[in-house]
Amino acid sequence: MVDKGLTLKGLTIKDLTMRTSAHLRIGDQPWVKWSLITLALSLVTLLLLVPLFAIFAQAFSGGLESYIANVTDRFTLHAIGLTLFVAALTVPINLVFGVFLAWLVTRFEFPGRKLLITLIDIPFAVSPVVAGLLYLLLYGSNGWIGSRLMDHDIQLMFSWPGILMVTVFVTCPFVARELIPLMQQQGKEEEEAGVTLGASGWQLFRRITLPNIQWALIYGVVLTNARAVGEFGAVSVVSGNIRGETNTLPLHVELLYQDYNVVGAFASSSLLAGIALLTLFVKSFVEWRQARQRQALNEEEI
Amino acid sequence: MSIRVENVSKRFGKFQALEPLSLEIPDGQLVGLLGPSGSGKTTLLRIIAGLESADTGRILFHGDDVTGVHVRDRRVGFVFQHYALFRHMTVAENIAFGLEVMPKGQRPNAKEIKKRVHDLLEMVQLGQLANRYPAQLSGGQKQRVALARALAMQPQVLLLDEPFGALDAKVRKDLRRWLRNLHDELHFTSVFVTHDQEEALELSDQVVVMSAGKIEQVDTPQTLYAQPDSRFVLGFLGHINVLQGDVNQGRLSQGNAWITLNDHPNAKQVECYFRPHEVKLQTQPSPTAHLPLKVSAVSLIGAEVRVELEADGWSSPEPWEVGISHAEYNAWQPMRGDRCYAVPEVGHLFSSDKTEPELIQWSQAQQRPVSTARSSVVSLFASA
Repeated sequence: MVDKGLTLKGLTIKDLTMRTSAHLRIGDQPWVKWSLITLALSLVTLLLLVPLFAIFAQAFSGGLESYIANVTDRFTLHAIGLTLFVAALTVPINLVFGVFLAWLVTRFEFPGRKLLITLIDIPFAVSPVVAGLLYLLLYGSNGWIGSRLMDHDIQLMFSWPGILMVTVFVTCPFVARELIPLMQQQGKEEEEAGVTLGASGWQLFRRITLPNIQWALIYGVVLTNARAVGEFGAVSVVSGNIRGETNTLPLHVELLYQDYNVVGAFASSSLLAGIALLTLFVKSFVEWRQARQRQALNEEEI
Repeated sequence: MSIRVENVSKRFGKFQALEPLSLEIPDGQLVGLLGPSGSGKTTLLRIIAGLESADTGRILFHGDDVTGVHVRDRRVGFVFQHYALFRHMTVAENIAFGLEVMPKGQRPNAKEIKKRVHDLLEMVQLGQLANRYPAQLSGGQKQRVALARALAMQPQVLLLDEPFGALDAKVRKDLRRWLRNLHDELHFTSVFVTHDQEEALELSDQVVVMSAGKIEQVDTPQTLYAQPDSRFVLGFLGHINVLQGDVNQGRLSQGNAWITLNDHPNAKQVECYFRPHEVKLQTQPSPTAHLPLKVSAVSLIGAEVRVELEADGWSSPEPWEVGISHAEYNAWQPMRGDRCYAVPEVGHLFSSDKTEPELIQWSQAQQRPVSTARSSVVSLFASA
């Protein structure tokens, strides 16, 4: 009946299907496919893999002994220590801040809520150098707040508290940004159910909220940590670059390079690259776990 | 435990969700809050639970003011519309939650908790699913787990927010019966929210009908159906057929339709409501009513045949619906476009100055059932 009767602008349905199957879609020709693959692979190799490889090649260009000597240099060790110290403080601060903020904007209705959600993104929108400069103007010895603190002999800029402050600023959206969409999707019914069953605030968080958001939280922490370790712009403005005192690893790389100690610079860079690779690995693992969780959530909705 | 709601009102921004209202729920009753969406029934339930705070008024449990008592200390069982099971916990862990978060002094020991969970699972007939996760359960099973979880605390008040709303018709019916039995067995005070009038009338001892943040009527299902207080209640409990018009010399008329109203004073803008089963269909008008109608649809499913009709020569805000028995249907065989006359037995008359209806009855003697029609079977039926 279809073959005879149904026509569409003079073509029977059979004609139409035959036409489309006879035609290959764009990209189905082997040469298109292979040239695209080649192009993508060569770009990835040139722009991503070669530089990464070069870092390690340069770092080890003077042999293993010189690499170890460079890495265990007094100033390098100090820079590693300061970087890890700042990251170790930044991560818990932003973890707590992010969870509180996400909880606030997803569980309560109040005027200005939408504005607050927008404001969370400010650190992403502002260039880190500008952020550093703002902190310098506010908290520097001539700054509006800084001059008052100076009267009490408290110096924030050009010392580790300043570095910590700008790092916290730059990385503060990561955790909240990861949590807000998830917590909005999950809703507050489970927490309400928990509270009618007599759970205290801490029990609610520990036993209901946290298990539901744990993978998003870990993902946020991984991103926060990566950015805290690698931050250059804002830190460089407020640190004062005092070798052995306020030099973080990214700043140290720059200093060594300017000193024509290329091998030393790359040795330090290889440490940063190593941290980055580790982060990527953790991130992919967490993404895989999250995808599984989302799948479970979707199945539940069906 | 009795529940008393005194003068409670609630506003969300510019929206007045609840006008100040009061309600008394006696101990051990199963009460349904019935109303269309946006009528404030869920808000009232959440205020009773303590999940929402009232702007004014008080809530009393068993005579004690609990307005300032936090949800966690009110000890009410609450069942959510979408179950709100803890998705990362198994069924057994879900049910045990309320017991495990109790303060150290009151908390039963692990063995006791295990036994209570086991008993509850038996009660909701889900013993074999103890180690499943919520995602692996069907809707009806989830709702039963949610009930067991709420009952684990042995609450004296059980609040249910549209408990059967998200379930399919058959499961809903089973669960309804099961809840009624459970209530009769355990004797807690329960309040449930629904927008399904059938569910409310079937399940409740008392029904609270709400609309636009106000309580319209509180009564037993029987009284509510027989003597609705207002247009809203009458209209909400099933379909109604309406004749709007003016009363002149004992006759309510509009267009070529009229009904007799003995000794009713002349009035403008009067409405008479008829329930589908309080109206008969005939091929001839009766001396008391002249309501010409045209058949527009016939639905055969159910205990009776539902005939949908259009006003013929007058106007009605909604099409009329009349229920006739299958025997009557077989005798008459109405088709689309057939003309007939409606003859009411009982009417609910609303004058514009009064909110309460006046019950009007017409004597049966003047009426003849649908008869003069197509076959000889009809006359047999008519005389029966």
